[in-house]
Amino acid sequence: MNRFVAWFHRWGSPKHFYDMSGRWAPWMAGLFFLTFIPGLYYSLIGSPPDYQQGESARIMYIHVPAAWMSMFIYAVMAIAGAVTLIWKMKLADIVAQVSAPIGASFTLLALVTGSLWGKPMWGTYWVWDARLTSELILLFLFLGYIALTTSIDDKRQAARAGAVLALVGVVNLPIIHYSVEWWSTLHQPSTVKVMGKSAIHMSMLIPLLLMSFAFKFYYAWVVLISARAEVLDRDKGTRWAEEAAGEKGR
Amino acid sequence: MNEFFAMGGYGAFVWPSYLLGFLILIAHVAAPANRRRRVLNEIRRRLRREGRAADKSSAGSE
Repeated sequence: MNRFVAWFHRWGSPKHFYDMSGRWAPWMAGLFFLTFIPGLYYSLIGSPPDYQQGESARIMYIHVPAAWMSMFIYAVMAIAGAVTLIWKMKLADIVAQVSAPIGASFTLLALVTGSLWGKPMWGTYWVWDARLTSELILLFLFLGYIALTTSIDDKRQAARAGAVLALVGVVNLPIIHYSVEWWSTLHQPSTVKVMGKSAIHMSMLIPLLLMSFAFKFYYAWVVLISARAEVLDRDKGTRWAEEAAGEKGR
Repeated sequence: MNEFFAMGGYGAFVWPSYLLGFLILIAHVAAPANRRRRVLNEIRRRLRREGRAADKSSAGSE
């Protein structure tokens, strides 16, 4: 058996995942705090107020990383859905299942913070513009995924139905991303670009990047501990779970 | 300090944003931690009920 297949099978073993996630989670937590604490400092204190938006621009250091996370997490769920359908890997389904509530939360955070910024800057909490509407649809996709997978008792069927929904919903991701270019929206176009020059000053880019890295590490941390709890719960009648319960202080 | 909390008059918009962020971050860490503890306790209770102490169930003890 080649090494990749061996590795793949090991990760399919609940006990192995339980052990490995227990070892990795503290590192992710550490990386999160290492980026989040300076990120928070630069967001609230160490960056200048915007020359037009004043201090309200500080909402962006939560809003933009949260919005990026909402799409990133949905993409992870869709990939996990594909893996679930193709290889019937249980762990992929668990990753998708535990990601859904986190994704829904970040989507809600992006919507609420956008709203709180919109009131003083646009003069309204909400407009039915393409960016806002497609992000709201993303929230409904996350909630729909949760509702669908929890309403089906058979775990295998729930996994498949959820995977199909996650994959179909992927069409919404490019719509969100390009909404500000395809339609004339109140929402501004991207200022941070992967390719080309970003239209943002370094002093504001630093907190933005620190916070978005912090959120990524946070997600990795939470997926590990959530999947760990889920794996243990599913296997609570097995020998390895009994042994895990016997180990003190873990 | 008061100036910091006032956020140039935008405090009512900035602080709720950060507060909701914090609540969400805390909730998703606390929930799985509680769940794992609950499941572990459930297993320990079952083992005790079955007369097998949890700490004696390490591999090869029977």
